Amino acid sequence: MLKRLLLLLLPLVLLQCDANTYPDGAAAYKAYCAGCHVEGGTGLGTLIPPVAGSDYMAANLKKLPCIIRYGLKDTIVVNGVVYSEEMVGIPQLNDVDITNLLNYIQHEWGAQDHHYTLGDVRQLLSECGE
Amino acid sequence: MKDLLYSSILLAMVMATAGCSDTPERSLPILGNREVVNGDTVYPTVQAFSFVDQDSQTVNNASFDGEAYVVDFFFIHCPTICPKVKVQCKRIYDRFLDNPHVLLLSHSIDVRNDTVAALHRYAEKLEIKTAKWHLVTGSEDEIYGMGDDYFSVARKDTTLPGGFDHSGRLILVDKNRHVRSFCDGTDPKEVDRFMDDIDLLLKEQYSPKK
Repeated sequence: MLKRLLLLLLPLVLLQCDANTYPDGAAAYKAYCAGCHVEGGTGLGTLIPPVAGSDYMAANLKKLPCIIRYGLKDTIVVNGVVYSEEMVGIPQLNDVDITNLLNYIQHEWGAQDHHYTLGDVRQLLSECGE
Repeated sequence: MKDLLYSSILLAMVMATAGCSDTPERSLPILGNREVVNGDTVYPTVQAFSFVDQDSQTVNNASFDGEAYVVDFFFIHCPTICPKVKVQCKRIYDRFLDNPHVLLLSHSIDVRNDTVAALHRYAEKLEIKTAKWHLVTGSEDEIYGMGDDYFSVARKDTTLPGGFDHSGRLILVDKNRHVRSFCDGTDPKEVDRFMDDIDLLLKEQYSPKK
């Protein structure tokens, strides 16, 4: 009896072990971000800033949805390094995509694992939109 | 002792047979239209050029004498594909950093903004050595004129973001100035295949003949 129970529980345990909690966000990262910010989120030299362990992102959680949609032209400092190249926005990503993407990045590499709801993202986007 | 001898012979025979059954190795073609001149086949070669790199040094065909090199076209304030291509070029740079036979040559197509000083700053941000990876500028006509030799697009187009039209293509040139391979420099998988091609070329041109 105990054996059967264990057998039944096994798939559940295996599902729990699936580390990829945000498959949609992971797919969006791969398709739209990894080309420049690199698969591991480390960026490139002092040309492209990292998104993994970025103090700039941790300090600007509320700006991130707008940066993803509309891009960034300002010179910024990330982990003590100055970055001045423009990032283009990604208008192809809708509100849901951006929410998934942000949660994936936060979960994967964020300092505080901040969680965004779709409502948060819509509110933040409305503050920077046209 | 005799046993050892026999087994060595047996081993040698097995190895020899294994050698015979190998499928013929893939080899890289010479790309472009060949011509037959007086019965000899003549392959197209990259034309003579002379540019200036991020350290203000002249870069010409002699800079790559006897070595293979990877070519691309870019510009610094390119918001779209260039950063992706540069990420991939950096992968190639890192992978062949210790191999003196592989160099890189990136042409800026924005000659007005990408001055030597701007290229120098850009190279510092990429964290690269000039001797391995030249970022060059020069006369606009000469740079755009290289496009055809490298099967690439490089021209102005004010309707596009950034103001230039260029393919994100990477091109492999061998020590005889023949183009041997190319790939879409924005696609990591294509670049994996391209790096295999570089390995193949190195084997063809720099391994001691048996």
